[in-house]
Amino acid sequence: MKKTMYEKIWESHFVHQEPGQAPLLYVDRHLMHEVTSPQAFEGLRISKRPVRNPHSILATMDHCVPTKNRDLPIADPIARKQIETMADNCEENGLNLYDMESPDNGVIHVVVPEHGFVHPGMVVVCGDSHTATHGAFGALAFGIGTSEVEHVMASQTLPQQKSKTMLVQVDGQLSKHCTAKDIALAIVGVTGTAGGTGHVIEYAGEAIEALSMEGRMTVCNMAIEAGARAGMVAPDQKTFDFLEGKEFAPKGEQWGQALTYWKSLVTDEGAEFDAVITLNATDISPQVTWGTSPEQVVGVNDIVPAPESFENKGKRIACEGALKYMDLAANTKMTDIAIDYVFIGSCTNGRIEDFRDAANMAKGTQVAEGVTAIAVPGSFHVKIQAEKEGLDKIFKDAGWEWREPGCSMCLAMNGDELKDGQRCASTSNRNFEGRQGKGGRTHLVSPAMAAAAAAAGHFVDISKLG
Amino acid sequence: MDQYKKHESVAALMNRSNVDTDQIIPKQFLKKVERSGFGVHLFHDWRYNDDGVTNNPDFELNKPAFKDAKVLVAGDNFGCGSSREHAPWAIADYGFNTIISTSYADIFYNNCFKNGILAIVVDEAQLDALMQEINASEGVSFVVDLENQAVTTPAGNGFNFEIDPFRKENMLKGLDDIGLTLKHIDKISEFEEKHKQQFPWLWA
Repeated sequence: MKKTMYEKIWESHFVHQEPGQAPLLYVDRHLMHEVTSPQAFEGLRISKRPVRNPHSILATMDHCVPTKNRDLPIADPIARKQIETMADNCEENGLNLYDMESPDNGVIHVVVPEHGFVHPGMVVVCGDSHTATHGAFGALAFGIGTSEVEHVMASQTLPQQKSKTMLVQVDGQLSKHCTAKDIALAIVGVTGTAGGTGHVIEYAGEAIEALSMEGRMTVCNMAIEAGARAGMVAPDQKTFDFLEGKEFAPKGEQWGQALTYWKSLVTDEGAEFDAVITLNATDISPQVTWGTSPEQVVGVNDIVPAPESFENKGKRIACEGALKYMDLAANTKMTDIAIDYVFIGSCTNGRIEDFRDAANMAKGTQVAEGVTAIAVPGSFHVKIQAEKEGLDKIFKDAGWEWREPGCSMCLAMNGDELKDGQRCASTSNRNFEGRQGKGGRTHLVSPAMAAAAAAAGHFVDISKLG
Repeated sequence: MDQYKKHESVAALMNRSNVDTDQIIPKQFLKKVERSGFGVHLFHDWRYNDDGVTNNPDFELNKPAFKDAKVLVAGDNFGCGSSREHAPWAIADYGFNTIISTSYADIFYNNCFKNGILAIVVDEAQLDALMQEINASEGVSFVVDLENQAVTTPAGNGFNFEIDPFRKENMLKGLDDIGLTLKHIDKISEFEEKHKQQFPWLWA
């Protein structure tokens, strides 16, 4: 029987199934941050259950951490308590924590790959919907709720029904200035935010193979925006080269053993998927969202759609609501939309290549009058690398703020947020109402698009640049 | 977790699609380290006026007729976005124990059942009929019978629904998932030994 990569990983982690109950799936790696874990630790304490495999856990502090004045205590007492609780919980249970003072600190989905903590073939969970990021390594990685965080800590397993599989095939080559982010947004534009519900996506095709590991992480990161809990890419030489020598990567004789196993994981030729979607990368232009759902997306050279252009009644109503919230008129050219704010960062686009792309666009420009632009590295390692390359200087010279790492304005929990009515070009993953601050209006774009918008004060069709 | 019992309750209506967990419980309320007390923040940005305290009369759940509702009838793809379990905590704390929609985001759906919320899936025609019935008169009550997988309504739009038998059993008995799994701890240990031998680098 021909098998998909998902099926191979599933089978190698199947522990047991009691009649009438869901199968138990073994979990290799458990990632944690301060927001979705405290109640799980509390649950363990109440039921007097220990953490079964502390070595399987890697924790960080990212959602609530300030991106400036990090030497001062966190001003918000509730956020401070959450950070302190995380430190206490990790200390009490002997867990590996990259706390705010650690040189390894940063956004969970950025720091984990930096240390090679996730390998091909693993089952990886985290109380965070963007856990799908790690599928870029050919792992089955998905977000879970806090009750499940507790379940995994107690048992190293999760009751899980098998998902359906979806192949997203992206053929052809990307045009100049088009990136992994544009692929990710274009896919959500095709599937819609519920299209992948109940499925695990495997991304394949020439355009996916051509992406760097960082680009693959960006694509997998947004699987959840297509409704899929997990997205994955077959491991290849790029994956192995990325992992080799990293802190938690296999060493010596075990590297060879691991490599043999990892190569066996790829989907068998002729294996069947429950759904198949095909895109051509040459058709993908720089993408910009216009609404309040990631599926409300068009090419930058396009216009804001009119409600009547949607046949589906639900989508028509959603369009009306989104235009009202976003204060946009139908048929406005995307390049005529003026912005107030630019945010580059997040687990979607907070890696070194993202800052290289953006700096390349920002070099020699000035942030347009009335626009605030912030660059927030995904980790201290990204920050230090960027500074070594002089990227921080490019941003600062262009009038940007160069911040400390954290989730920052992706979800605006740490005080970095839009004011009511402000419009932002953001490299994050969600343009929901109020996501970046109550009344804030978010347009999702790639780092290069964000940097071009910062200089122009409105969106720019960067595919027309040399 | 409390046992889920057959009940007759007012059904409230939220006729919106793609309601995301950022709306269900906005991020400023995620900093607490407890599980309780989120109900007052449910749908905060829609529910309250700009002062954050007084009710916005235009928000559907603020209608007096929906005051004691335990059943929430909602549009497609309910609970999409973030994995935050604070969303079902807020929904349960507010007083809902049942949601009826055409579909839910996967993580949210799982989270509901961990918190005593029965998430029922219906088809589009059924949802339309339920919505019309709620709109047609004040304070419509539905009977939700999990044991028999049935919902009945005054106007006869009742239906039977599908549910995973494992979830049903746990809801009816109010069972703790972790306790159930730990009954198989020997099987987990046995698997772990085999896994260690097969993939020694995971423990290096």
